[in-house]
Amino acid sequence: MKKRYVLTFPSDTTNEPITYNLVKQFDIKINIIKAKINAGEEGTLLLEMDAAQENIRKARKYLEENHIACQSVEKKVHWKEDECMHCGACTAVCFSQALTMDANRQLIFNTEKCIVCELCVKACPLKLFEIHFSE
Amino acid sequence: MKIQKTVAEINEKIKKGEAVVLTAEEVSQMAETASPAEIAKKVDVVTTATFGAMCSSGAFINFGHADPPIRMEEIKLNNVPAYGGLAAVDTYIGATAESETDPTYGGAHVIEDLLKGRDVVLEARAKGTDCYPRKTIQTTININNINEFYLYNPRNAYQNYPAATNSTSKILYTYMGNLLPKFGNITYSTAGELSPLLNDPELRTIGIGTRIFLCGAEGYVTWNGTQFNRSKPRNVYGIPLGNAATIAVTGDLKQMSAEFLKAAYFEKYGISIFIGLGIPIPVLDEDLAKRVSIKNCEIDTVICDYGQPDHPVLARVHYAQLQSGHVLLNGKKVRTAPMASLYKARQIADILKNKIETGRFLLTEPVQLFPENTTTKPLNMREEAS
Ligand code: SF4
Ligand code: SF4
Repeated sequence: MKKRYVLTFPSDTTNEPITYNLVKQFDIKINIIKAKINAGEEGTLLLEMDAAQENIRKARKYLEENHIACQSVEKKVHWKEDECMHCGACTAVCFSQALTMDANRQLIFNTEKCIVCELCVKACPLKLFEIHFSE
Repeated sequence: MKIQKTVAEINEKIKKGEAVVLTAEEVSQMAETASPAEIAKKVDVVTTATFGAMCSSGAFINFGHADPPIRMEEIKLNNVPAYGGLAAVDTYIGATAESETDPTYGGAHVIEDLLKGRDVVLEARAKGTDCYPRKTIQTTININNINEFYLYNPRNAYQNYPAATNSTSKILYTYMGNLLPKFGNITYSTAGELSPLLNDPELRTIGIGTRIFLCGAEGYVTWNGTQFNRSKPRNVYGIPLGNAATIAVTGDLKQMSAEFLKAAYFEKYGISIFIGLGIPIPVLDEDLAKRVSIKNCEIDTVICDYGQPDHPVLARVHYAQLQSGHVLLNGKKVRTAPMASLYKARQIADILKNKIETGRFLLTEPVQLFPENTTTKPLNMREEAS
């Protein structure tokens, strides 16, 4: 299962090749999304890990042993409703029907149906969709 | 007896607060039970509106003179190039002009920023002349410290427009939105029965000088729009199939509202601008009564394949089908989505209706009607001059 995690490295992190080991030892497919690492400071890494649950569990244990905090994050789509002009361009790409027009031709966003495919982010000409990460 | 009204008579009623005004949707509803003759008798004015992306738009600005003065030749506003080929401190900023540093920001955003009262950085260069010695200038401008600031849009309010789909296996990023692969969706961009030029398809009442609602202010039709085509085939209701007539419009940006003018960025296409436009149509006789009663199911358009270079026509549909959320294309149910805001268009039609009912907006007769039988020429590639 694909999920996103934030890894927080302590400032005096070990010399362990962390991501390499995650791939090699635990057979996890990794996609690094964002990295903020400065020498001598605490660093963070936002990545996507794709592997069997059991491997993820082992990997999290391994990270813990190396004093690296690992928090799972969830992506959410945030719609800046106040600025919406209800053109409907975003509904063209939303196949899960999370975005639909109501009888008054106003956009409604049913977050429960959203599968975070992110297609609406590019489709809105006013750029009113943002991806938010939360725990 | 045949009903025959004049614009002057209708204006008299408007001034007295006695004019009967309906929106184009309301009159289409009324036509379910009333004949054109009855509508012509009862209704004086029908308000139409649209709110959609109209790339052929822009604004004239006069900056005022600096001391010492400059004859601006190269002009940038928030890094967006503006036209430098007018007199010393005049410019035209086109909506689609792109910033030199940020492709998602452009002329439309500069216009919107100014409209919202924000400061915009003006940079200009010149060669320097005896009468205009200054060679460079960098300062900020805003809506209060510039002189004239008016929209001049060479082509707005298309009378009908083809819907778009995509036969290829890749997503296409277009001004008609994101078209999903393999006929994954269909997008369309007309307000249907509310759309201005579809309610007076023969342009009997809309011409040069027509007073309109433009982005919250009073504006005027100044000319026929570019690519003005009156030779498109029509359906049995007299509606042209596809993009036909257009209008050029102008209005004072200092009176406009950012509610009805929005800068937009279409992914991998570029900048455009959403314009809110409304036109009142006087119901002078039975013919116009019939025209304004047009319903979505009577307005056809074509679906074009943007996946092929010449955008071939795949099918014909009407707006009731498009607005229903899906249409059948080659026997397959395909999702449809609007690109223009019907919600905002309705707001505009209502505002205009209210203004007319309360005597705050008078109708005009065109100073001159538009040319007839026009066509649009393609740009042919000629052999290069040797
Ligand atoms: S992320 Fe995908 S599913 Fe969610 S609202 Fe946007 S287009 Fe719809
Ligand atoms: S594309 Fe953007 S502006 Fe248009 S309806 Fe969707 S969220 Fe609103």
